[in-house]
Amino acid sequence: MSFSFPLPEHALLLAALLFAMGLAGLLARRNIVFVLMSLEVMLNAAGLALVASGHKWAQADGQVLFIVLLAVAGCEAAVGLGLVMRIHRRSRTVDSDSLDSLKG
Amino acid sequence: MFELIVLVPALPLASFLAITALGRRLGSQGAAWVACASTGIAAVISTVVAVEFIGDPPDQGFFAFEVWEWLRVGGLRAPFALHLDALSVIMTSVVTGVGFLIHLYSAEFMAGEEGYSRFFSWLNLFVGFMLVLVLAGNFVVLYLGWEGVGLCSYLLIGFWYRNPANGAAARKAFIVTRIGDVAMALGLLLIFTDLGTLDIREAMNRSAGVWPVGSDRAVAAAALLLAGAAGKSAQIPLQVWLPDAMAGPTPVSALIHAATMVTAGVYLVARTHWLFVLAPDILLVVATLGSVTMLAAGLSACVQTDIKRTLAYSTISQLGYMFLALGVGAWSAGVFHFMTHAFFKALLFLAAGAVILATQHEHDMRKLGGLARQMPFVFVTFLAGAASLAALPVLTAGFYSKDMILAGAWAAPEASRWFLGAALAGAFVTSFYSFRMVFLTFLGPARMRPHKLPGFAVGVPLGALALLSLGAGLIEIPHSLGHVSLFSSFLADALPYPPAVVPAKVELALQATATGLALAGLAAAWVVYVGFPWAAEWHATMRPLHWVHGLLRNGWGFDAVYDRVLVRPFVAATSFNRNDLIDSVFEGVGRGVAVLHVAAALTQTGRVRWYAALLAIGVIALLAVLVLP
Repeated sequence: MSFSFPLPEHALLLAALLFAMGLAGLLARRNIVFVLMSLEVMLNAAGLALVASGHKWAQADGQVLFIVLLAVAGCEAAVGLGLVMRIHRRSRTVDSDSLDSLKG
Repeated sequence: MFELIVLVPALPLASFLAITALGRRLGSQGAAWVACASTGIAAVISTVVAVEFIGDPPDQGFFAFEVWEWLRVGGLRAPFALHLDALSVIMTSVVTGVGFLIHLYSAEFMAGEEGYSRFFSWLNLFVGFMLVLVLAGNFVVLYLGWEGVGLCSYLLIGFWYRNPANGAAARKAFIVTRIGDVAMALGLLLIFTDLGTLDIREAMNRSAGVWPVGSDRAVAAAALLLAGAAGKSAQIPLQVWLPDAMAGPTPVSALIHAATMVTAGVYLVARTHWLFVLAPDILLVVATLGSVTMLAAGLSACVQTDIKRTLAYSTISQLGYMFLALGVGAWSAGVFHFMTHAFFKALLFLAAGAVILATQHEHDMRKLGGLARQMPFVFVTFLAGAASLAALPVLTAGFYSKDMILAGAWAAPEASRWFLGAALAGAFVTSFYSFRMVFLTFLGPARMRPHKLPGFAVGVPLGALALLSLGAGLIEIPHSLGHVSLFSSFLADALPYPPAVVPAKVELALQATATGLALAGLAAAWVVYVGFPWAAEWHATMRPLHWVHGLLRNGWGFDAVYDRVLVRPFVAATSFNRNDLIDSVFEGVGRGVAVLHVAAALTQTGRVRWYAALLAIGVIALLAVLVLP
């Protein structure tokens, strides 16, 4: 039995599912830590779509962009968690809905 | 030598600046000294220049002189030009001479008033602008002086600004004269478009070549200038401001509203008479306006009870005489009457002011009376002024100037007997109200004791003006009485139309008639106000006459008509437009933006998840637009 690489369409479908799950989590969760985690899921969905596209057209760009994306995700997590720490220390809460002091 | 004339307007203007800038430091006495000295020196200089001018007249009879270049735009060149000819020499001498006497008088009259130095600074500013007006060699400079004197008139009528009525009188004077000024400005623009210059002499020289006699443009230009002159000189229908202008201090009434500013219209017509000659119809209008104004205002003067208002109507009436003279082409007679009128009317105002000052601001002649014993000097000078105003024969200056006007009216080429008749009727009316003033104020039972007799500074101008009111006529004596024509031959260069030549018999007849009418007026006033004082009260209260009295007292109801026809609709329109209809458009735009702002602010909830959701929806919508066909 030979290993058959899934078709790019399948990979894209998976990416779309992952993205939708991430978005749903982003909109549904009120805890900012979980919101950040959902964002990571969405980023990885985008990364999967990049890799699959790179495979389909036999180009290295997809992998290159994925590495860039890993760096961006790392930065985002570091900055985001740092902000969450500050917010928590300041307002004793990580509930995004109660942090509405910028209301117009 | 003639260049010195530039100092004449410059000195009062400099003094105005000095008093305004250093008012506090000079103190009130200092301000009065500076003001009197500057006007006095200006009077001396203008006398010196006048003597020089008479002794050694410049070539062509005028001396033109550009002080500096003022404007140069395209084809318009308006230098600050002064023009000295016989007419401006006479005007300058009268303005500075009478101006100086009135400054001197004011130093005592206004003593102790609040704003003493403010008064003198404005009086100086007025004299400066008036001199700019009469010396102007250019219509732009003339207009500068013209508006400047209007401004000073406004400021000085409203001098006692704490009483709102004075402010209203000042605004009325300003607005009514402004109506004439707008017409005059249009006239100047017409002159510039058609004649291509604003230099007065040049424009007058060109006018005859460009405009045929009686052409539409010439008539329009003359009519527009006449409207300006009528506004300034209080001729019907723009005469309504002058009686109210008496709200100002008495020296102001004497200087501005009797002797000088109100004659600016006469000066303007005389200065531009070449233009009026091109429009004979307008000249006829000038004469008609003059005669109607003269009679209407003269009759109004007969029933006034306020001594200053009587004099104001008398001024309007005498200005009517001057316009009548100009209208029949007797230019030098008009200017001569301006000069004598400046003397005797200033004298009457100043003497009335002395009475008013002595009786704690009592203007009502019915409450005065019998002051001849208590204030003999004021009585004698007032009598001299009134005699000159009434043109009593031989002794008074008014007789000679009025005689010249009568001769002019008789010899007018239009030969309109109406004008002569009006002038003769005016002589009777003038004499009647002049002596009515004298009898009511100075004769009869004494109802009041003067608490303050005039001092030196009030007495000197009264004496000087009384001498001038009696003696100034001797420079122009008609043929029948010895023929002296210093005045008209002096003016011949500036106003090259010789005085009317009238047959000796006619001249004598005119003089006799005028004298008879003047004496009849005097006699009538004596009968009504001294002989049978009850007669005055009786005919003032009798039914039909009562109504006529009211009409005359209110100046023929012009004020009421203007109030109904012009003022009230205008006030109604402005109160309707109180919130400015055009503004509401812009305010609507602002209000719309504010509503949009509220709507936009509602989306700013501060909830991050909402923003994310809207972002997602937006992206999906964009993708849908891009992907779907």
